[in-house]
Amino acid sequence: MSHELQAYAAYVPSWRIADVSRGNRVVAAFDEDSTTMGTQAAGALLRGAGSGAAVPTLYFATTSPAYLDKTNATAIHAALGLERGSFAADVVGSARSGVAAMRAAEAEGGLAVLADVRTGRPGSADEKLGGDGAAAFLFGPGDGVARVLARRSLTSEFLDRWRLPSSTTGEQWEERFGFEEYADLVRTAAAEVLADAELDEADHVVLTSPNSAVTKRAGNVVKGTLSTTGSPIGHAGAADVGLGLAAVLDVAGPDETILLVSAADGCDALLLRTTDLLAERRQASPVTAQLASSREVDQLTYLSWRGLLEREMPRRPEPDRPAAPPSGRAAGWKFGFNGSRCTACQMVHLPPHRVCRNCGAQDAMAVVPGTRLVGTVATYTVDRLAFSPSPPVVVVVVDFDGGGRASLELADADPADLAVGGRVELTFRRFFTAGNVRNYFWKARPLVEAAAEGSN
Amino acid sequence: MASNGINDRVAVVGMGCTRFGERWDQSSDDLLLDAVGECLDSAAGVRCDDVDAYWLGTLNSGQSGLTLSRPLALDYKPVTRVENYCATGSEAFRNACYAVASGAYDRVMAVGVEKLKDSGFSGLLRADPPSDGTAPELSITAPAAFSLLDPAYCTKYGVDEGAMRQAMTHVAWKNHRNGALNPKAQFQAEVSRAKIEAAPTVAGRLGVFDCSGVSDGAAAALIVRAEDALNYTDHPMYVKGLSLTAGPMRGGMDPAYDFTTFPEVERAARDAYAQAGIDDPLEALSFAEVHDCFTPTEIVLMEDLGFSPRGQSWKDVLAGDFDLDGRLPINPDGGLKSFGHPVGASGLRMLYEAYLQFRGQAGKRQLADPRLAMTHNLGGRPGGCVSFVSIVGNELG
Repeated sequence: MSHELQAYAAYVPSWRIADVSRGNRVVAAFDEDSTTMGTQAAGALLRGAGSGAAVPTLYFATTSPAYLDKTNATAIHAALGLERGSFAADVVGSARSGVAAMRAAEAEGGLAVLADVRTGRPGSADEKLGGDGAAAFLFGPGDGVARVLARRSLTSEFLDRWRLPSSTTGEQWEERFGFEEYADLVRTAAAEVLADAELDEADHVVLTSPNSAVTKRAGNVVKGTLSTTGSPIGHAGAADVGLGLAAVLDVAGPDETILLVSAADGCDALLLRTTDLLAERRQASPVTAQLASSREVDQLTYLSWRGLLEREMPRRPEPDRPAAPPSGRAAGWKFGFNGSRCTACQMVHLPPHRVCRNCGAQDAMAVVPGTRLVGTVATYTVDRLAFSPSPPVVVVVVDFDGGGRASLELADADPADLAVGGRVELTFRRFFTAGNVRNYFWKARPLVEAAAEGSN
Repeated sequence: MASNGINDRVAVVGMGCTRFGERWDQSSDDLLLDAVGECLDSAAGVRCDDVDAYWLGTLNSGQSGLTLSRPLALDYKPVTRVENYCATGSEAFRNACYAVASGAYDRVMAVGVEKLKDSGFSGLLRADPPSDGTAPELSITAPAAFSLLDPAYCTKYGVDEGAMRQAMTHVAWKNHRNGALNPKAQFQAEVSRAKIEAAPTVAGRLGVFDCSGVSDGAAAALIVRAEDALNYTDHPMYVKGLSLTAGPMRGGMDPAYDFTTFPEVERAARDAYAQAGIDDPLEALSFAEVHDCFTPTEIVLMEDLGFSPRGQSWKDVLAGDFDLDGRLPINPDGGLKSFGHPVGASGLRMLYEAYLQFRGQAGKRQLADPRLAMTHNLGGRPGGCVSFVSIVGNELG
């Protein structure tokens, strides 16, 4: 393979269920889904990689697609501001879809975006042991942070985890049955891939699986010299293998080997060797730091976020569904937060405008790419009247670096942390679903990647 | 701004206004009939048929002129339906006045109605065209948008938050106190300062009593040529100035905008004062009806309308300058605070108070010898709105 891993980033949502799994269950907010979290991870990756990064292809893997019959990767493509000429497609269905996206991105050169919202019935193992999150990996020509030494894939048909397409919560056979099947597959794949590379043992082993017995007993099956780890947040579906790899890349040294093993409907083993470049290209916000920054949501609220509990609605009309033609015409704004700058007087308009509101010049605008904007809170308010699955709504008026102002909702916000002058970045969110249409747009959130500020 | 104005060319010779409130007993049709009926009764024998043309203001309670022609069973009259956010009722009035001033008609009526309570929802409903789903108005409520005035004002002028709270409370207390004297108000009771400040929070520091209510209502005005006015009544109300501004909605995207002013209001006031020949509004005006949608709005309006110097209105409010017995009574009828805000009717309801005051028919709220008054609306949000200002008086010249 001529494509090396150029960059990576993970996204761990802020929320933890207070009453489940000792408050460690990582959950996406009510306004997040696989598409928004994938965008978040890929956006962080591209910010770190700089504007020169080529993204000829984008593969988006998930078991929790926001839409079927409509490609979800196109929304991510639009939110990242990628060229129209780049290919974007979904790889949907199972934990193995994450592996498939990474294989395709590596083979063709491009971006693999892995994201999932894992929902379990109240009281289930999935509710307790699952995790919501995303990871993104960019493969391309030239020297990267890691290169693939060898790979091995085994496929096996047996019933361990499954879910009907009509359901949001899945099923599992008695997990010891799956463990027996997987243990053999993992041992075989790992041994073969290590043999291919003429290694006895890898420095780091990452073993992920939807079967929790496999991950619990990982050390008995395959071990790394320096570390043996699994999912950093609990099984995250198609994103699990990516989150596991990202967490190891956060800490691995140069010239170390990483054996990445995913046991899902067979076994996929990928052997990587890190390079000197890893230290300088690590993601700005490591998985451990993202895990440490959290807010708690009570279980009843969480269940209502997932539609497993119906709450009393406010006495307000349902929002209208976003209409296709205006959304299409405004795609640069809605998905890319692209504004316009008057070439005559430099006033920035968010959203873009044909006539300058400062000098009146008409059709003299240049595009201001929006998604990497950061800004400062000019003023804010807490809106206790607006309907929200997680009230109150916090509204911030943001003055962006380089010009422009917008009034935005603050995502994942604790009103107590608000201050005029606070730094915020943009985050792609799902505002609501109306008429079976997902309404995506941008919110502000406290700037996480403080380190990224200098490089922009 | 280039307005020629129509100073003293038209006069209001009759008005009607329903009781505002949760009018479960009345449809929009009923409210319209009552307002129009009172209006005609007050103008010496004029019948619907004698009115040459009608302007109907409503935001959401109907579409087209048929909303008025049907309940009144009008005989193929020209009826124009008008909508301009919270200035809707005033806008019906403004355009009706121009029709008479132009010479096109001799007698016209401006009518406004809004039935907010039938929907079962709280607050105003929006009927927006299909959209891309990104407008802040879709997710950020009006109280939240207006609540931004309070901290911005405190920061800019170094006003202590506690003092600003007292000023906001005073606005609510004053307007409810005035409304307690008005038999047509939705809320006809005084509200103590303690109760105002203890109310549940809605947005920012705005509590329930910092927000206007939600109600149903209708109002109407009969407008004729000024030279004909005394044929209808001994107490005409002459139109001195009418202005309307629609902003470019610049503040929402301009970091230079600081949320302590409505440029649209400032410009509308300047235009109306020029039309009416007013140099010092504080001296010239006997009282004003202003758009007190939220308490900090009224505080900022005192500066935009030229009643207080910049940064001083909070003090003037607390000093009682705008109380019923103050230097310039503001919202003597109780304002939006006491009437709620049936959008199409509100602007005409304000003019109705001027009409009553000039006739000496304002009951316990009656001011001594009022001669010149202002009514004002704004619709939209800080950073982008429409604003209306009228100047009306009880004598020519």
